[in-house]
Amino acid sequence: MDNAAALELNAPKTAGEKEKPEVNWGYRHNGYFALKLLLTLSGFIIAIIVNIAFPQKAAVEFKTYTLSVFGLNIDLTINDAYIFVLAVLMLIYSTAGIRAFFVKARRKIYCKNAAFRFAIGVALALWDIGGTKLQWFAQPFFPGPAQVIEAYLADGDYIVQNTLYSLRLYAAGFSCGVILGVGTGILIGWFPKVYYWVFPVLKITGVVPAVAWMPFALTLLPNSFTAAVFLIVICAWFQIAFLTAQGIQSTPKQTYEAARILGSGQLGLIIHVAIPHAMPSIFTGISSANAMAFTTLVMSEMLGQPGGLGYYINQSKVWSAYYKVLAAIVVMAVLFSLINHFIGIIKKRTLRWQEGVLKK
Amino acid sequence: MSSSISINGVNRVYTDADGNRVEALHDVSLDIKAGEFISIIGPSGCGKTTLLRLIAGLDKPQSGELSIDDSRIKDVSTERGYVFQQGGLFPWLTVENNIAYGLKARGIFKRDKAKVKDYISMVGLEGFERSYPHQISGGMAQRVAIARALINDPKALLLDEPMGALDSFTRADLQDKILELWKKQGTTMILVTHDIDEAIYLSDRIVIMTPRPGKISSIVNVDLPRPRHRGGGEFLALRKSILEFFELAQAQPQPEYII
Ligand SMILES: Nc1ncnc2c1ncn2[C@@H]1O[C@H](COP(=O)(O)OP(=O)(O)O)[C@@H](O)[C@H]1O
Ligand SMILES: [Mg+2]
Repeated sequence: MDNAAALELNAPKTAGEKEKPEVNWGYRHNGYFALKLLLTLSGFIIAIIVNIAFPQKAAVEFKTYTLSVFGLNIDLTINDAYIFVLAVLMLIYSTAGIRAFFVKARRKIYCKNAAFRFAIGVALALWDIGGTKLQWFAQPFFPGPAQVIEAYLADGDYIVQNTLYSLRLYAAGFSCGVILGVGTGILIGWFPKVYYWVFPVLKITGVVPAVAWMPFALTLLPNSFTAAVFLIVICAWFQIAFLTAQGIQSTPKQTYEAARILGSGQLGLIIHVAIPHAMPSIFTGISSANAMAFTTLVMSEMLGQPGGLGYYINQSKVWSAYYKVLAAIVVMAVLFSLINHFIGIIKKRTLRWQEGVLKK
Repeated sequence: MSSSISINGVNRVYTDADGNRVEALHDVSLDIKAGEFISIIGPSGCGKTTLLRLIAGLDKPQSGELSIDDSRIKDVSTERGYVFQQGGLFPWLTVENNIAYGLKARGIFKRDKAKVKDYISMVGLEGFERSYPHQISGGMAQRVAIARALINDPKALLLDEPMGALDSFTRADLQDKILELWKKQGTTMILVTHDIDEAIYLSDRIVIMTPRPGKISSIVNVDLPRPRHRGGGEFLALRKSILEFFELAQAQPQPEYII
């Protein structure tokens, strides 16, 4: 199938070039776009065909799960669920393709991503063969994609619970960390006295990974939740405070002078000059603190929380349920990517005034 | 609407990075009448910016006194607007919000909101209200800076080479805009420039400064009716005499301690 697609891709290209060299065969052409759409979907079609048609090695039994959706009880095996997920992915990419068809800018990106999306499908198919069908990979350490989905069928509610726990922990810790970090950063950056006394402390404690404080956190704080929040707070706090202070201090003198002449007082200078100037730096701090906060979050969950994705991984490992470990990792990848994406959106909107500045 | 400014025996000495004394201003005295258009010209390093900063209240003299309408200049004030040599706009604010900054800083934005639109059209920036400083040209940026300074109704406007970085067409355009604004508002104008034509075209009096130490060497009256014609005989004669003055100043032997 992919061979056919490749052949078709090549054929019109050369033909088109011979006839009209100035017109490129590219994403603007509907035919080209249709081929790219086909390429995107064909990977998943291959994955589905492999799952259905490839012989299953014996000695593996599949449990049947009953799912109630809107009062309807649906019986399905893990392979059914896997095919369902593949179908959903195909639906998503088809919808994206139809939307992209009408928007020029999206078209280009969609065409560019086609090869990679095709590869995802092929990779899933290979994983399915190696992990589930033939069991080439050592079991139970490397389960196939269908088994990972089994974890969601078997443990769905529990995974959701743990995900929410992680999310709560992260939200509480990171938001406190950002507020404290920006706050102290402003004080350090603005008042030379605060800089003198606090900055060295920040610089030294800032290099210590937050989890190193865990023994203190666990004994001194009333419960494990606050202990973990505390660890996330300090890992975000130091990083953000450091970069906020730097951003404030690098504000050009002339910008302050302009604001003073126009009528700004001390507070006005902080709020309307220093902080906006520090914003890019603050966001650099937030992004790097965010990555560290994920690490701290998962580690503290693994080392002493009654819940969370890290806890779930630990618990699953005890039962050698590696498919569940993988399932939790997939959730983490999605969740953390979403958080990064969300921060990225806020950053882009806040720093709109910078757009294109760096490219100049 | 306008202020008289008097500068009396002002000295300003800087210490440079090597610890040497740099006499940026040496015994500078100047009286500026209310509503007057003054240009300060001179080669770079002769203390023009230093003088402007002292008038603005951004810096203090080591000795001597500066006063505006008979009260001593101690600090910056919204009564003295300032346009910086370059930059000086807030990059994170749109054109509109840069211009509105003074109103907001003084807490009168709600009352005087309509002024923002007036000043945008006064400097001809309609359609660029939502642009950010890096998205507009240098000439436009300087017009934003001028509108931003004028919106506070300053009694004096200090302009530090506002047209220094502009091409000659944009420059002539902005010069006319400044004249127009000056006529409309009657503000006392103090313009630093190194362009002799510009100084003659715009000002009532031209203050000529020379460096090492920075001092006022001469003051030239420009008694030409406006609008002035850059190619006119009197214009060119004045230009020639100022040029000759600089050549003379250059020809003078330099004291030895200056490198
Ligand atoms: N902050 C400062 N520190 C040290 N020297 C300065 C400072 N500001 C200006 N100077 C020196 O004072 C002299 C006059 O500077 P300036 O007023 O900027 O000149 P102009 O604006 O006429 O080019 C120059 O020699 C300059 O190097
Ligand atoms: Mg200067």
